[in-house]
Amino acid sequence: MTLLPSASANAPEVDRLLWALLAISLAVLALVFALLLRYITRYRANSPINRGVESKKSWIFESVWTGATLLIFLGLFVWGANLYVRMFNPPQDALRIYVVAKQWMWKVEHPSGQREINALHIPLNRAIQLIMTSEDVIHDFSVPAFRIKHDVLPGRYETLGFTATRAGTYPLYCTQFCGVNHSMMTGEVVALPPAQFAAWLARNPVADDLVGEGRTLYMRYGCSGCHARGAEVPTVRAPPLEGLYGRAVPLNDGVTVMADDRYLHDSIVSPGAQIVAGYQDLMPSYAGQISEEDLLKLVSYVKSLSAKSP
Amino acid sequence: MSAETADIKIPAAAIDRSYLHDGTSLKSWLLTTDHKRIAILYFASITAFFFLGGAAAALVRLNLVTPQGLLGSPETYNRLFTLHGVVMVWFFLVPAVPVTLGNFIIPLMIGARDLAFPRLNLFSWYLFMLGGAITLWALFIGGVDTGWTFYTPLSTAYSKGHVALAAVGIFVAGFSSIATGLNFIITIHRLRAPGLTWYRLPVFIWSMYSLSVLLVLATPVLAITLLLMLLERLFHIGVFDPAVGGDPLLFQHLFWFYSHPAVYMMILPGFGVVSEIIPAFARRPIFGYKFLVWASVTIAVLSFFVWGHHMFVAGTSVYSAVLFSILSYLVAVPSAIKVFNWLGTLHKGYIHFDAPMLYALGFIGLFTIGGVTGLWVAALAADVHLTQTYFVVAHFHYIMVGGMVSAYFGGLHYWWPKITGRMYPEAWARIAALVMFIGFNLTFFPQFILGYLGMPRRYATYAPEFQVLNVLSSAGSTILAAAYLLPLAYLIWSLLHGKRAPQNPWRATGLEWQTPSPPPTVNFIATPHVTQGPYAYAPPAEEPPPREAHE
Repeated sequence: MTLLPSASANAPEVDRLLWALLAISLAVLALVFALLLRYITRYRANSPINRGVESKKSWIFESVWTGATLLIFLGLFVWGANLYVRMFNPPQDALRIYVVAKQWMWKVEHPSGQREINALHIPLNRAIQLIMTSEDVIHDFSVPAFRIKHDVLPGRYETLGFTATRAGTYPLYCTQFCGVNHSMMTGEVVALPPAQFAAWLARNPVADDLVGEGRTLYMRYGCSGCHARGAEVPTVRAPPLEGLYGRAVPLNDGVTVMADDRYLHDSIVSPGAQIVAGYQDLMPSYAGQISEEDLLKLVSYVKSLSAKSP
Repeated sequence: MSAETADIKIPAAAIDRSYLHDGTSLKSWLLTTDHKRIAILYFASITAFFFLGGAAAALVRLNLVTPQGLLGSPETYNRLFTLHGVVMVWFFLVPAVPVTLGNFIIPLMIGARDLAFPRLNLFSWYLFMLGGAITLWALFIGGVDTGWTFYTPLSTAYSKGHVALAAVGIFVAGFSSIATGLNFIITIHRLRAPGLTWYRLPVFIWSMYSLSVLLVLATPVLAITLLLMLLERLFHIGVFDPAVGGDPLLFQHLFWFYSHPAVYMMILPGFGVVSEIIPAFARRPIFGYKFLVWASVTIAVLSFFVWGHHMFVAGTSVYSAVLFSILSYLVAVPSAIKVFNWLGTLHKGYIHFDAPMLYALGFIGLFTIGGVTGLWVAALAADVHLTQTYFVVAHFHYIMVGGMVSAYFGGLHYWWPKITGRMYPEAWARIAALVMFIGFNLTFFPQFILGYLGMPRRYATYAPEFQVLNVLSSAGSTILAAAYLLPLAYLIWSLLHGKRAPQNPWRATGLEWQTPSPPPTVNFIATPHVTQGPYAYAPPAEEPPPREAHE
């Protein structure tokens, strides 16, 4: 297992689990094949060997190997599940990068505004959290060198966390069949030492960062007309967006939801689905009118309103 | 099983005439209600589907010889692997053993004259052929390019292939499965010979029973899922596509709620066949009969609660993934029990290596490899790396082809003398079994390594570093293809020139061996009475001489 680089923090852990699985598999196979070969040579029909008397009580054997099998399986379950749960709990200070998938292309938006297509540059030894969505069908973001993989769904934000530990360029694959050119939906992940990553960011200057572009869109789509800020007097009463992100929002139907990326996204494309308590269903849907990339920028901007407020 | 002669008298004409000679016109075949003739109709259709699906697989492997893809067009490649999956899953693997061997053998094994509903049985075949024809039509007028899994919204909003038509074909064929399942359940409940209690039933019957329950309970879910998919594709009713207010994961939940039990529909009959062959050729009663029987039932029940393990990276909650992981390990326990029971049966036996036994031994080896690699993909963190790669392709082919297809060929050879009244050429059959085993491993073992290295499945083109292993796999597939053509040739030859088969060439227990080969249309001259359990094999010295017909 040396042909595949082990380039993320959890890759060695996954490999240890795979080695353990290999060892257990080989042990089981050795046992089964040894017994099989021994029995079919020793007890072939024309072998004169004395078979003795048949042992009648089979339930002892049955119970022992059922119990042993169960114990080994439970051990593997705990190991695999524990690692999986940790892999899906990225640290809070992660660098959040947005990924939009479409037939048959990966589009990446860095928080500082840099854009890439079919490539993702990341700094080494820094926790990364990808926030991913799709414009059409289901795709899957897979980097074998990092031992990570997650489906990218339309109409949802899925997240994927990892930390690159070895500099290099690693293949990126779409691993959920997504139509004609599925096998061409590949790219590369470039893990750079922090200084080089900063240099890369500087080499790719942008007009504005994600939040800034979001602010521009916020004005263009007239969001501020209703979601007024501060002392402005709105024409229509809509919930204020300052301090919204990360807060629990009570809804009209008595349910409380967490205002995360997905909530903000869904509130733009299907506002009627979750009405904030005390407000009316007045906002028109922007589904199909704002691209997923622009939605990301708007969401980033709305999030930034919470970072600044106390 | 020993049988006592009952008093019912059958007209002499019916005794002399085997079911094969009871009418030779086309009409006598197409309008027959004899379960044995319907089984033959199914054999012909299943064989055609198997070689069609196999041809698609051969082209898939041909394409993957070079990284750029030899066929040149990803569209062609996508349609080929979809054709391969659709035909093999729904028109070979799920029905293969039940509708052919099951249809033929179940009534004979339980001492019945036919299935409970002979006309429903014929109707099932026509439904199956209608569904098959519609699906083939879709696959040939342009094809389907979604993979056999039809994931939404690709299938409902984006695919340009003939998705709707193919889904209608599978929908229709599904009702054939449901009818067959009902027929088997009622037959096994109502038509057992006197004295044939539940614990005297051969393991094959228990497997067919468990399988039938799965067919009846799970197939309607597939029908519902396909119907909803059709509604969304044709009338844009939002069910699965988020663009029209649906949920794409709902499709996957529904689809796998059918398709995971479907995996067990494919492998349970294989367990049943192997559990007949091993005692017969080891001359030993099966080890741990009740454990084996209840393992089948447990598998059937648990199989409904593990569908989520297909979705560990799909975006379901972490907690559901943890739950489905532990349930998947639990369902693996009864499968492990079975392997040790088969080994236990070999212990202290008198083992003969006729072709059916070679297939059964191959089944144990390959199924075990398929089984232990299942432990890899059930371990959550390992699955994140391995799922959607060639590792999974190799894993399920070890179960489906290494396991189920080996068992099918084993059963076909085991019951061939009974079905046709002719012996197959033993030397050729042993060669075919051996070549199949070698070709299979050469084809699929390299795919485990490809998967670990990260090669995604369903790729028409791939990175050059994967070429060596792909060429190995494609080379193995040519050997495998040759091995599959061998039985086609020598079995057809044996129909004309094979040695006449005696009533019980394997000196096997089981009621099906206590009637002539091939059986008369009425199956038994006199209704057998059963006085002991199955697999009453004894060491050679103590065994009575082979029983003769109508003693």
